[in-house]
Amino acid sequence: MLQSETVATLGYADLERLMAMQLGDEKHSRSATSTLDVIWVLYDRVLRIDPLATKDPDRDRFLLSKGHGPMAYYAVLAAKGFIDVDTLRTFGRYDSPLGHHPDRNRVPGVEISSGSLGHGLGIAVGLALGLRARRSPARVFCLVGDAELEEGSNHEAIAYAGRFGLERLTCVVVDNRSSSLGWPGGIASRFAIEGWSTATVDGRDHEALERAFAADHARRPHAVVAVVEQGS
Amino acid sequence: MTLVTQSVMRERFYETAAELVDRHDRVAVVIAEIGGSALMAAKRRHPDRVINVGIREQLMVGVAGGLALAGFRPIAHSYAPFAVERPFEMLKLDLGHQDVGAILVSVGASYDSAASGRTHQSPEDVALVGSLPGWRIFVPGHPDEADVLLRAAVLDNDRVYLRLAEQSNAVARPIEPGRFHVERRGRDATVIVVGPLLDPVLEATADLDLTVLYATTVRPFDREALRSSGSTRDVILVEPYLAGTSSSEVDEALVNEPHRLLAIGVPNVEHRRYGNWREHDAAHQLDAAGIRARVLSFLSA
Repeated sequence: MLQSETVATLGYADLERLMAMQLGDEKHSRSATSTLDVIWVLYDRVLRIDPLATKDPDRDRFLLSKGHGPMAYYAVLAAKGFIDVDTLRTFGRYDSPLGHHPDRNRVPGVEISSGSLGHGLGIAVGLALGLRARRSPARVFCLVGDAELEEGSNHEAIAYAGRFGLERLTCVVVDNRSSSLGWPGGIASRFAIEGWSTATVDGRDHEALERAFAADHARRPHAVVAVVEQGS
Repeated sequence: MTLVTQSVMRERFYETAAELVDRHDRVAVVIAEIGGSALMAAKRRHPDRVINVGIREQLMVGVAGGLALAGFRPIAHSYAPFAVERPFEMLKLDLGHQDVGAILVSVGASYDSAASGRTHQSPEDVALVGSLPGWRIFVPGHPDEADVLLRAAVLDNDRVYLRLAEQSNAVARPIEPGRFHVERRGRDATVIVVGPLLDPVLEATADLDLTVLYATTVRPFDREALRSSGSTRDVILVEPYLAGTSSSEVDEALVNEPHRLLAIGVPNVEHRRYGNWREHDAAHQLDAAGIRARVLSFLSA
């Protein structure tokens, strides 16, 4: 992440405290935990974005399609200076910008409003197409869950993006093995058969995640399956 | 009165959409196969901005949302059931909840494709889109009007549903987006007629002393035009889709005035017949004879 010197930032060690400030999301807490390391690595090491330039047309985009459990997302956004840390205490309140599903119109740095599963990847494909048409260097990263992939709309997007070689699109699947029927042959195979580059890594290993995101995938979209402990 | 029978609005749309992509760098067209042949030349000229996602209507709307987030003015297009009903949640979330705009253009209005059966009919479309906040809904009654409305929509950034029909009035009116056109003034009642049903209404009521307001924009509903029509005690709403789709708009406009309302449109039943749209219009009393019978019955009650 491109970091402005005027924005104080916190580290990975602070995230547990920042998540604890949002207590009360009993329903979504497991989901929040599963995405924590992936979102941290993206914001800390991968994304070219600046909290003071959230409308820069050439910024990288991170789309949290799996809008459930946004505590990790909000914690990272607070740690990186996109939102005020004290705002975390308002999580889920009537007048808070921080809902149990994020709203791009309420939270600086949030690129899409999400919550209903199966929407982010389609939007990400359109965004990647639009940025390509504009000759922008920006990249698009979309996070989905392994259970979210059960929504058929994802497979419309996976097929199209693969066939049309959207190389600036990366889909990261956080796999906590929560899908109802599992994915025989592995999640990565569902992307590979449509022409995606794929990598499957430990979703808690920051170096492995960073390497997976940096992998060369010229003329192909890239899928990173980040495996975390079951039910996390 | 002679009706134009060809799918002129649809062909005109393809021509205009191609021209708009040529003229405006920010315009992009997203289709799900339907229209692919007609837009092939435009796609060759602008492969990055004329996008055919295949038979994937959910993706079509999602891509439109993503293009809007990237600063484009997307035009998404398909057959009405596949543009509105199948990806309805995408209209709500990928466009509305993101608070981005797009122009959704449908063909196959109500039962234009009557012979195809229920799968290809969607007289519910305007009611559905109208249930979502922030959408303007255009229902032109002539290819020239469709052209005016599309060109106006491209210059804005909001969410627009443009509903094209096979049925067309013989002569275009000088319409203005957002406003009803006063076709004629009378004293006994006010008729609000939407889009391609203008000619049948004029034929049905030629000898009656009625105000006729012609609506090609139905959302927002031009309440002021109705209030100032001068004869609002009896109001007749004639819509080429689900009957009563705009009844609440009439009631809101006249909330402080005693009035009666007759809502003529497509009944909310599954009409298991094929044929063509004229036969369906006749079955639903949406041809001139049927409209006249219902209007006379209402006014004499």
